[in-house]
Amino acid sequence: MFPPVLNPTTVPQEPKFGERDLMRRSASTVTPPAQRQTEVAKLIDVSKCIGCKACQSACIEWNDTHPQLESNTGIYENPHDLTPDMFTLMRFTEWENPDTNNLEWLIRKDGCMHCEDPGCLKACPAPGAIVQYSNGIVDFVHENCIGCGYCVKGCPFNIPRISEVDHTAYKCTLCSDRIAVGQGPACAKACPTQAIVFGTKEEMKKHAEGRVADLKSRGFDSAGLYDPPGVGGTHVMYVLHHADKPEIYAGLPNNPAISPIVEAWKGVTKYAGLAVMGVAAVTGFLHYMVNGPNRVSEEDEEAAQRLTGDRSS
Amino acid sequence: MSTDSGYDVGKGDSVHPGKPVTVDRYTGGARINHWITATSLVLLALSGLSLFHPRLFFLSALFGGGQWVRTIHPWIGVVLFFSFLGLFLRFWKLNLWKREDGTWLARVRDVLAAHDERLPEVGKYNAGQKLVFWSMSTLIIVLIGSGIVIWNQYFAAYTTIEQQRWALLVHSIAAILAISVWITHVYAAIWVKGTIRAMVRGSVTGGWAWRYHRKWLRELVARPPTKEPTADRKRTAAE
Ligand code: HEM
Ligand code: SF4
Ligand code: SF4
Repeated sequence: MFPPVLNPTTVPQEPKFGERDLMRRSASTVTPPAQRQTEVAKLIDVSKCIGCKACQSACIEWNDTHPQLESNTGIYENPHDLTPDMFTLMRFTEWENPDTNNLEWLIRKDGCMHCEDPGCLKACPAPGAIVQYSNGIVDFVHENCIGCGYCVKGCPFNIPRISEVDHTAYKCTLCSDRIAVGQGPACAKACPTQAIVFGTKEEMKKHAEGRVADLKSRGFDSAGLYDPPGVGGTHVMYVLHHADKPEIYAGLPNNPAISPIVEAWKGVTKYAGLAVMGVAAVTGFLHYMVNGPNRVSEEDEEAAQRLTGDRSS
Repeated sequence: MSTDSGYDVGKGDSVHPGKPVTVDRYTGGARINHWITATSLVLLALSGLSLFHPRLFFLSALFGGGQWVRTIHPWIGVVLFFSFLGLFLRFWKLNLWKREDGTWLARVRDVLAAHDERLPEVGKYNAGQKLVFWSMSTLIIVLIGSGIVIWNQYFAAYTTIEQQRWALLVHSIAAILAISVWITHVYAAIWVKGTIRAMVRGSVTGGWAWRYHRKWLRELVARPPTKEPTADRKRTAAE
């Protein structure tokens, strides 16, 4: 058992991180702080989850969102997808294990992974709409968001959702406001089985090792930690009993990375594009400077008069 | 519209002898159509560029901030599309590729050196103008197509995220090309004196037509004079 985050003092305190700890800021260049804060992480142990959705309720309560009541279509997901009002969602998969012929009920808590190399932030065109703190938390800043939806295309996990009410993007904040004052995320606090635990990234990896060893001893030979290197690792990690097949957990990407299309769009296209437009403008300017204007001469006018002169009107 | 085959002449084009000769080139309708297109293209370029690169984000202030840019850019795109469609229907026939266009293009050095006397006689549009016309036509189709795919507010649900990624890449490349073609187009109009007048007042001087579009001028002069009265009336109305 991992010791839960203690209840903090009720005395008001300074936030533990803020503007000065920004490692990345969308559409801006920031000098990362000299000293990086200890990286934090949330570990979701899929094998321990009982699908009670206490985390979803806690998330709704803490963030004061109001997800729509939807109708039952015969599946357990409710709501049926992440929405601007539902930052985390239990996704249920019934999977028949071909090795054992057992039906396994896979329940994965979906939500923002807080990537070390966040595709959402890379794609975002609005300065400061997405920030990354040096403890690894990726947060959306609604005052700066323009609602373009680029983050949706940048994210390898299909997480951000754009609100039709205020036209800004929403996703899990890792309860940055709670963590800033020494609390754990609301979901971790609510989880009755300790399927969700929170601590430093090192602690979480260590704790996961123990969980993986335990699962292996129970016959889950390919149990493992999901901390995908393609996005530099994440600050929300999973313990999976079938870590070799993450996609069976409701499509958790196997080896995710920022899409090469997004990289090309945000990389070479920008520089080449500015260069092409610049060259067009400069060439025009230089051509004018060297050649001067192209003018109609007196002879041209006279020629036109000769041509039309024999016509009267 | 040039209905008589063989004539490289647009609707409302006509010659008025005098000193200098004046030649009607664009009707009032064509000019209004052109300036609506031009305005929307410039607004699209400015608003689009503000999202294109962080250094250009300041341009969003012209539109009242990023949220406004995000909201109105696609709508201006819709205006541009229909407005350009108007221009396309007006001008496409006159922009069909002719034999002399290849020769003209092969002598692009003379074009740039203003040795217009060494170029073949061309109709209402030269090869450069035709290239601008066709590339803009293509690019605007690509821009509206890709633009709708990335119009998150209304169309996000109709395509996959992967398709939207492609659309963003295509849209930004097409926008760069369109802006570069636009720069070339505007530069040509500034460089060749007497051109802007065609889109402002609707007419050019005979000398301008003789120097740059001699085939057009010859065809206009050779045209059966029966058409004259209408053209004249148009001219007075336009002034
Ligand atoms: C013809 C119809 C067009 C439509 C429907 C359209 C739509 C869009 C949309 C939806 C976006 C994403 C941002 C937003 O939501 O506002 C966008 C971005 C952009 N648009 Fe357009 N657009 C059109 C035409 C144009 C034209 C003519 C240009 C340039 C001359 C242009 C330049 C851009 C640029 C540079 C971006 C930013 C791309 C980036 O961030 O890399 N667009 N457009
Ligand atoms: S919608 Fe996403 S990409 Fe667009 S400004 Fe907001 S956070 Fe940035
Ligand atoms: S999971 Fe998606 S939304 Fe979350 S940090 Fe990574 S790229 Fe951004």
